[in-house]
Amino acid sequence: MTRDARRKLLSRLFVGACALAVLLALIPLAFVLFFVVSQGIQALSVTFFTHMPVPVGETGGGMLNSIVGTLILTGLAAAMAIPIGVISGIYMSEYPGTRFTSAVRFAADTLNGVPSIVIGVFAYGVAVLPFKQFSALAGGLALGIMMIPIIARTTEELLLLVPGAMREGALALGATRARAVFTVIVPSALPGIITGVVLALARVAGETAPLLFTSFNNRFFTSHLTQPISSITVQVFTYAISPYEDWHRQAWAGALVLVTFVLVCSLLARFATARVARLRGQ
Amino acid sequence: MRIRSRDLAFRLTTGAFALALASLVLAIGYELARQSGLSLQKFGLQFWRTSTWDPVAGEFGALPFIWGTLYSSVLALLIAAPVSLGIAVFVSELCPQRLRTPLVFLTELLAAIPSIVYGLWGIFVLVPAVRALETAMPAWLRVLPIFSGPPLGVGMLAAAVILAVMVIPFTSAIAREVLKTVPLAQREAAYALGATPFEAIRAALFYARTGIIGAVMLGFGRALGETMAVTMVIGNNPQVSASLFAPQYTMAAVLANEFTEAADELYLSALVEIGLVLFIITLIVNALSRLLIWSMASRTPGRVAA
Repeated sequence: MTRDARRKLLSRLFVGACALAVLLALIPLAFVLFFVVSQGIQALSVTFFTHMPVPVGETGGGMLNSIVGTLILTGLAAAMAIPIGVISGIYMSEYPGTRFTSAVRFAADTLNGVPSIVIGVFAYGVAVLPFKQFSALAGGLALGIMMIPIIARTTEELLLLVPGAMREGALALGATRARAVFTVIVPSALPGIITGVVLALARVAGETAPLLFTSFNNRFFTSHLTQPISSITVQVFTYAISPYEDWHRQAWAGALVLVTFVLVCSLLARFATARVARLRGQ
Repeated sequence: MRIRSRDLAFRLTTGAFALALASLVLAIGYELARQSGLSLQKFGLQFWRTSTWDPVAGEFGALPFIWGTLYSSVLALLIAAPVSLGIAVFVSELCPQRLRTPLVFLTELLAAIPSIVYGLWGIFVLVPAVRALETAMPAWLRVLPIFSGPPLGVGMLAAAVILAVMVIPFTSAIAREVLKTVPLAQREAAYALGATPFEAIRAALFYARTGIIGAVMLGFGRALGETMAVTMVIGNNPQVSASLFAPQYTMAAVLANEFTEAADELYLSALVEIGLVLFIITLIVNALSRLLIWSMASRTPGRVAA
């Protein structure tokens, strides 16, 4: 074989190997989605959303308490994380290049990399131990801490994309910094910021580890924030490691609900960003 | 004058929120150190050198957990690093424009699936498959220490595979970003000199090497802290073993399983110490990889790599 033929062959093999890598990653995706949909759909019915869990041995029942629990927990997390995240993002984008901004950005990236279970341990220490009580508030705190850096970084990045002329225009008209930010800069980046928030919500809604010892679990329906509360993820975990067939079916149905939620959020985010990109292109 | 003082107020108010964000990291470190004081005091370094984990007798040695965490993450990386790089190269350099967006979306979806769903799939689909593979393994291979032990299905191999699947989309996304910073002129120059695609991309990868190492390390950091899926398939048995078949344990998994059972203060403190060390390790790994990626991104485009 000539030298050139060998080079070409090597190159083809390399291209083939890269294509194979893509296939290798898509196989588990297809497998996971196939099993979640095919197993989940069998157990999914209206009852799943409207009824409470039934005792072991009885078939049927649903996850009403867990679904409401997840909504409450993510709501608490959002209430805590949106103000801190968005305003930190505004600060970083308004005062770029300062040492404090670099430090905050580094802290946000670091916080984003902290394992969720460690955040759970922290929330346990500050919100469960002192009150000797698992609670929805503690779970919301843990999820909120996870949301903050995601929201802060997306907000910062999107605000930096807003053309400088818009800020300068507002300031030249005599607006204060705050007025320029809240009436001109933030509104023009709002769809993107909302997208970031939705993606952050989708991510924490699927979290289990930080809830295991903060919001814990609850067999009963509750909306008391100072009581332990159920969540879809913790309930799926409980069911998955149980020895009962019925509970396994419920776990698959819960997984299907979670995956559908995540998928819908990603698609919404994709459409929103595509729209922003199109508007910007014009 | 009035505007300037209002602007100062704006800066201080928004700055206070940013400070709250930054101090969260410190607060986490402080709280974990405080809660683990009892265990730190009682066991010292011995905690990480012994492997007896007996809460009833009050003996706590965390060696098996740190071993399991590092071993499973390294194995996962051995699978994930080449695959993620292949994906990054294929998506950013080789594939037709029309395929790019759907492929990016699919890998993002892989990253968005919750850990608990991977775990559920792991228990009911992956573990039986791994068990079948282990049973089918010929006897002469089984004498090797990495394949020793009964074929249980749950264990290090299943954990490494599931971790790899979860890390791949993450690492490949960052590697893709890093490859974007390689100047186009460099590739064009390579092709103009008659390079094959492989040779041109090899040069691009070499140019981007610091960032790519950073991307792989960031994936490693993810793998270290991954909890639910690993907890559900690794077998949760505190032992130090090189065998891929052996059920083992990780730091994150022991927290997930035992935290609510920790009845006495020493037990709780020992668990928090595991959390503290996990926090410190991931902090170091993350900081290092960010520095590598940032140094790559700040290099001005167009400049030739030295």
